[in-house]
Amino acid sequence: MEEKKKTVLKDYEALGDFALQLRRDTVRMIRNAGHGHIGGALGLADFMAVLYGGGMTSDPSRIDDPDRDRLVLSNGHTCAVWYAALARKGFLSLESLSSFRRMGSPLQGHPARKMLPGIVETSTGPLGQGLSVANGIAMSMKLRGSRGRVYCVLGDGELQEGQVWEAAMTSSHYHLDNLLVFINYNNLQIDGPVDAVMKIDPLIERFQAFGWHAVEIDGNDIPSIVETLEICGNKSGLPSVIIGRTKMGKGVPFMEDKAEWHGSCPSDIQTAEALTALGLSEKFQDFPLPEAWKAGETA
Amino acid sequence: MYAGNKAMREAFGDALVDLGAENKKIVVLTADLTDAVKVTAFKNAFPERFFQMGIKESDMIGTAAGMAIDGFVPFTTTFAVFATSLANQAVRVSVGYNQANVKIATSHGGMCVGADGATHQSFEDIALMRLIPGMTVLVPCDANEAYKATRAAAEMNGPVYLRLGRIPTPVITGTETPFVPGRAVTLRDGGDVAIIAAGMMVSAALEASDRLAGEGIRARVINMHTIKPLDKDAVLKAAGECGSLVTAEEHSVIGGLGSACADLLVRESPVPLAMVGVQDTFGESGEPQEILEKYGLTSSDICENVRHVLNKKTRRDL
Repeated sequence: MEEKKKTVLKDYEALGDFALQLRRDTVRMIRNAGHGHIGGALGLADFMAVLYGGGMTSDPSRIDDPDRDRLVLSNGHTCAVWYAALARKGFLSLESLSSFRRMGSPLQGHPARKMLPGIVETSTGPLGQGLSVANGIAMSMKLRGSRGRVYCVLGDGELQEGQVWEAAMTSSHYHLDNLLVFINYNNLQIDGPVDAVMKIDPLIERFQAFGWHAVEIDGNDIPSIVETLEICGNKSGLPSVIIGRTKMGKGVPFMEDKAEWHGSCPSDIQTAEALTALGLSEKFQDFPLPEAWKAGETA
Repeated sequence: MYAGNKAMREAFGDALVDLGAENKKIVVLTADLTDAVKVTAFKNAFPERFFQMGIKESDMIGTAAGMAIDGFVPFTTTFAVFATSLANQAVRVSVGYNQANVKIATSHGGMCVGADGATHQSFEDIALMRLIPGMTVLVPCDANEAYKATRAAAEMNGPVYLRLGRIPTPVITGTETPFVPGRAVTLRDGGDVAIIAAGMMVSAALEASDRLAGEGIRARVINMHTIKPLDKDAVLKAAGECGSLVTAEEHSVIGGLGSACADLLVRESPVPLAMVGVQDTFGESGEPQEILEKYGLTSSDICENVRHVLNKKTRRDL
């Protein structure tokens, strides 16, 4: 079991393809919805691919397993890529991705626990709240002697919320070495570059001062993510944070590093262009869409 | 059981220790107010299930949500004003929208925090907590009821706001007084007017009822210990049988018990209603009794409002 997990993790080509598939799904989901947060989600695809490609234990037939690993997506607006990963792993049907952000869908515009019990651990959206809840789950798991780990993704702009730093104190105070935070640091927020809106650096030093094991990597480099996850998983007594330098809109050249793609929806033509950039290949099998939208896709 | 004068927060602390021994899932979190919220005994008895969170209420409530999601039954403890106003977004999303099994227990609810003054007085908390979908709001009237309410909160599955006072208040209920969340208790019968009260204003309502009896007015006294879900039957029955109502609460007249009753009555059975509570104003420092008098929260204020609604009722009958 353990051996198999490692094999999956080190198959970088497969993980790369998985990330591309998640990006394709993300673009198509947001186009289909007509709105959504695309830029940050595309940048997060590589980390999601590693997590759901074997970096964390995730088994859709065992969502009640008290020792399962958990994911808290604190920057909930990037959820399209998470839903895509959940669907590709069998937690959700592929068909359900076409319901994203629509009335009655379990795939709400921001993750909703009550819609997906056992899958979405906590509802997120208002920034700054996820790490506190992730801490609570990690504390609870320690208290009951669970081997599971808690992964928590935060946005960079989100670090401007005071509650994040309240929570960062708690993580180290309670020695939550079963907690691993990934910061999706694309250096862009809605109003522009993070540095210009409200500086969050020096980030490594700030987390270290708060008692964390902190590392900075290229958050779009799959081998780096895999290697860092392994190292962080062995830090006894310390919570770990990976500052992942990512590119907003990664993989779609006309979206890359552009703040306006934080929350914009591509046109049909832009969607076709994005999908071409993300690799037209037989190895990608895109999720089915309602007929009405398919007609528009080729227009 | 308690007698004489006793602070509700003391009974809360006692109940938690009893609960902690019975249920290993009970955990307690506090924000640098261990002794003020009376959880020192729990801390000493169950140190592994006690979590000091420092002065950061939003994080405390979010952390409690995480622990609840993973199966524990957390009680968060701090002053009412901090848990409800300061940490409102965490209460709304991490607890409310998640339907997390968190018990938000607070001491220092109401105006009677005393000399700490306006910043520490809490008279919007019930309104704020009522607004959270799925939140149960419990406001016990004395130490005995605080003990029962704490146990009831632990037994319920879902978010609960438990509001307790700081100062010792008269113990008016006994072992035999029933406590079922959502079911009001009629403490005194009467058919001329009904006084619906919550928290420490219940004892003021009983006092008012005694005084009114001397004037030949038979005032029913209802202890509405659960503001949400409101015992609609009790309110409508009182409206139907008494024809006029006065609500009394140590809270703003905007959004609390009075508002809840008015909202129901105007839809179902309009009768003259007066509300005793904090008007649209901030408070100030002072001794509890001085504050109660200045801000209109005494049995005299209840009596005055009773006469007012009776006058309206009479005029309406003409």
